[in-house]
Amino acid sequence: MKYGYYPGCSMEKNARSYHDSTMAIAKSLGIEFVEVEDWNCCGATEYIAIEKIPAYALITRNLALAAEQNGSTNLVAPCSACYLNLKKADHYLTDDPKLKKKVDTALDAGGLNYQPGSVNVQHLLETIAIDIGYQAVEDQVKRPLYNLRVAPYYGCLVPRPAAMEQFDDPEHPVTMDKILKSLGATVIDYPLKAQCCGGHMTQISEDTALEMLRRLLKNAADYDADMIATLCPMCQLNLDAYQDAVNARFGTDYKIPVVYFTQLMGLAFGFPASELGFGKEIVSPSPALEKITVDPPKTPRARRRGKKSGLPTPTITEEG
Amino acid sequence: MSEQKKSPAEQEKIGVYVCHCGSNIAGTIDVQEVAEWIEGNPNVVVSRNYEFMCSSTGQELIENDIKEKGLTRIVVASCSPHMHEKTFREATERGGLNPFLYEMANIREHGSWATNDKQAATIKAKALVNAAVERVVHHAPLEKIPVEINPKTLIVGGGIAGITAALELAEAGHHVYLVEREGTIGGHMAQIDKTFPTLDCSACILTPKMVDVGQNDNITLLSYSEVESVDGYIGNFNITVRKKARCVIDELCTSCGICEEKCPIKVVDEDYGAGITYRKAIYRSFPQAVPGFPVLDKENCTYFQTGKCKVCEKVCPTEAIDYEQEDEWIKFDVGNIILATGYDLFDARKIPQYGYGRLANVFSSLEFERMVNASGPTGGHIVLRDGETEPEKIAIVHCVGSRDQNYNEYCSKVCCMYSLKFAHLVHEHLPGAEVYNYYIDMRTPGKGYEEFYHRLLNEGTHFIRGRVAEITDADRQPGEEGKLIVQAENTLLGLQQRNAVDMVILSAGMEARHDADEVSKLFKMGCDYDGFFNERHPKLAPVATMTDGVFIAGTCQGPKDIPETVAQGGAAASQVAKLINQGTVMMEPVRASIREDECSGCRICNNLCPYNAIEFDEEKEVSRVITALCQGCGTCVAACPSGVIDGAHFTNTQVLAELEGILWDVQSDVTAKQEVL
Amino acid sequence: MDHSPRAIFAMLDAGMEDQVLASNTPWYCVSCYYCMVRCPQDIPITDIMYTLKRMAIDAGHYQKDKAPEFSQTFIDFVESNGRSFELGLAMRYHLRYHPVGAMKMATGMGLKMFTRGRMELTPTKIKNLPQLKSILKKAKELGGTA
Repeated sequence: MKYGYYPGCSMEKNARSYHDSTMAIAKSLGIEFVEVEDWNCCGATEYIAIEKIPAYALITRNLALAAEQNGSTNLVAPCSACYLNLKKADHYLTDDPKLKKKVDTALDAGGLNYQPGSVNVQHLLETIAIDIGYQAVEDQVKRPLYNLRVAPYYGCLVPRPAAMEQFDDPEHPVTMDKILKSLGATVIDYPLKAQCCGGHMTQISEDTALEMLRRLLKNAADYDADMIATLCPMCQLNLDAYQDAVNARFGTDYKIPVVYFTQLMGLAFGFPASELGFGKEIVSPSPALEKITVDPPKTPRARRRGKKSGLPTPTITEEG
Repeated sequence: MSEQKKSPAEQEKIGVYVCHCGSNIAGTIDVQEVAEWIEGNPNVVVSRNYEFMCSSTGQELIENDIKEKGLTRIVVASCSPHMHEKTFREATERGGLNPFLYEMANIREHGSWATNDKQAATIKAKALVNAAVERVVHHAPLEKIPVEINPKTLIVGGGIAGITAALELAEAGHHVYLVEREGTIGGHMAQIDKTFPTLDCSACILTPKMVDVGQNDNITLLSYSEVESVDGYIGNFNITVRKKARCVIDELCTSCGICEEKCPIKVVDEDYGAGITYRKAIYRSFPQAVPGFPVLDKENCTYFQTGKCKVCEKVCPTEAIDYEQEDEWIKFDVGNIILATGYDLFDARKIPQYGYGRLANVFSSLEFERMVNASGPTGGHIVLRDGETEPEKIAIVHCVGSRDQNYNEYCSKVCCMYSLKFAHLVHEHLPGAEVYNYYIDMRTPGKGYEEFYHRLLNEGTHFIRGRVAEITDADRQPGEEGKLIVQAENTLLGLQQRNAVDMVILSAGMEARHDADEVSKLFKMGCDYDGFFNERHPKLAPVATMTDGVFIAGTCQGPKDIPETVAQGGAAASQVAKLINQGTVMMEPVRASIREDECSGCRICNNLCPYNAIEFDEEKEVSRVITALCQGCGTCVAACPSGVIDGAHFTNTQVLAELEGILWDVQSDVTAKQEVL
Repeated sequence: MDHSPRAIFAMLDAGMEDQVLASNTPWYCVSCYYCMVRCPQDIPITDIMYTLKRMAIDAGHYQKDKAPEFSQTFIDFVESNGRSFELGLAMRYHLRYHPVGAMKMATGMGLKMFTRGRMELTPTKIKNLPQLKSILKKAKELGGTA
């Protein structure tokens, strides 16, 4: 199936491994990515802080190009900020006629036009989890990631804001958990999986940023994570490249590699690590990857029926 | 086409009265001009304008004119029918005419109160008065319909509201059927430990009333039963109740409790126990249950699942266990119905950031209520989920699921008070513990409520004004490990704070029962925007519904505390007693009727009626309107393809005449000048 | 964060616009959207923070740190190239405002990123840059802040 593809600026170099691994697994999943011709930067969280109409016009140029170019109405963005910007622009243009009018006028100056709603913006995680489906992912697994304890880290812009009909729960998302489970990994459900990494705070206030990163790393470590799987280049950069700085500042000793979930998918599908961009991380994933076993982990023996202690607890049923 | 001119002998004699209403109408509309203008209509014999038609003098004008001038129709141009239609109909009747030979033109709400433009208002007033005059010519005399009231009453729901209503009616000498879904009456009030602000023991004040209900000869208590169908109308409802099989023979059971003691199966009690206690497969919800007969839970009973066990049957000293017992259907007639079906607690699992269901030591309010009760799972000791550890710091979170666009917008009224009560109970049971109440506003409107708040302030409770943002176990600092961290902005300080506590209690709000919508349809009434049963008028008729003969009482109408619930139970009983006392009620004759000779039997109208008021006669193959159920909405009248349904007081002729009257100055050629009649 | 979002709203309600625009709260918002998801009154808080950022730049008296300059530098590159340019952004911003920290970072993390091939040394330009420029020019005319 054809999908429009909007890489985003970081895919070129900083998050090259994300791009490489995505392309590698695409064929196995039956996806053909068609990159938008001559796309421009989405503005991240910066443009909209300075000027509003230019920020939306900047984003909408991409939507306009995507709509007129490729044969699919879907546009997949692997980067969370790009995804949010594209989706938000589409949504606000639909809801706010005044904004739409101004953006239309601006686009017109460049000979473009965009009808809100004509492009269905998806995050890569959404495409794989919802469109392709967990079963299809599981079917492609040739080397399950047994005994690898992975903490799925969603960041903030994929689960939220919920006002725009997100594909996963804004407080407690599970789509990446399920994908990793299909790969055979031991998935860790830890409370801060959708907490913000701080975004560009590292450049504004190092104190604030490092503390935010410390919390995330601490929580993953408290739950004995071997590895963190992300879906956003910014999150990956922050957690990976600043881990040393966190350790230096707080006297901690975290060595948790941070990889993209598509890289883990590629490994499980049987692709060699070199094709998936492994080796570009600051914190090396090799020690963690060595923990993968050939045999599945032993299921703990069921506790013998004894006296149940304590009070009954309410439970939450598995989300569909 | 209306006939404006009849032969002199057949002409109607219409009296038109244009009211000034002080300056309310006369200040904008030239009432004199309107009164003079309508005199030009050939059927108008008398045309007056007067300052206050609704005064006794004004009404006398009508009465006298009818008697002296032999008027045959009356039109009053004044305010809204909601205000004075009844007044002028009665005046018409006192004058000697059938009250339905009267028509009202609303030139106040629709005229002088709608615009400041005097010319426009006067023109419109003329049109409205003309419309009324044209219409009233075609009015027919109608008689109100008498309906006899069956003195028996059905009360659905055996909580404190239902119990109060039942006792009020029974002690007044009227028979009541009290239907309760659970095995025992008592409702949510039986789950509560102490009640605010007096700290009465809830069961101690409730159980005597429960016993009264059980012993009163005028109350037929149908427990473990549900209403299955409701047919009929006010004064004459035909009820079918399904009495579910409890597998216990009422007449033989002595409530000794041995079966419950010996039953080997323990399951979590989700209902009375709020999910925090266990009960047996054959059980009474609590020892003071009324009736005291246990219920056998077939889904969890070993015998019903595998065919083995039967211990209860073996040990029962009076042989009261009957596995073959089947559901019974009981039919009876009543004149009125009171719904007192109660509420459901908001499910805090809908708020993931509060951790209920994920974090063991986060409790719901009902869970805590059961725990702190001496007959609860821990004998009244406040402990963590492990059943042993006493908490040292407890946070009580107000407004869970309430005052929130994401969940329920309304304030649930009682939660601040019961949160304060919880704080007090913690101080009482765990004197060394620190208690933190996180609130947005402290709502203490009732008698003694603010004083109760002061008491809690004096007991050393910490009050933090700030809605809790999240409850988590992800510790950040040393000292937070293993604890539940409550994060909120202390708005009085203006600081974001993290508080590491051992236990959190979520004060969730009241919601409508999850099946309230279905139940409302069963009883032919409706629910409001939040799902609670809809009252007839929020201020003036809080216990009546839009369906005559069906009343509501208690939390099924909206969140409220026990005093209000009891008051509403009494109010509903009083309204029912009024109808029983009247013996017969007169109903408005504005209803539909089908000309059976011309009905083709297509039955299109049957399913369109929102009140299920049309039945089909299989023998004659025609449809028929059940007059008493019909509310005169007109849907069937409009839908009938043969046009054989008449809406009394809204016949086609009448409505079209009214339209013609309004359009008196519209010519087919729009450029033609306006003609004066 | 100088003031909580709630305090910001109370200040706006009280007409304390100057203090709000001088507060660092909008600049410390990382737009994680937790507030918008949870707000019981459905207030679009994150969007308001962005608006406050824009208004603060217009008002021009934000003194606390160089956060606006960071965003401005970012968009300068986007407007010249059509793509963001991280190395340029880091160099220009840090050398201008935090020269000592910049050197430390360049030799520490910067080197590691470079050796792993994660750093673009030159900016990438989009092909139809004139089209983008005319769009942005028009957009700026139509009004930036609100």
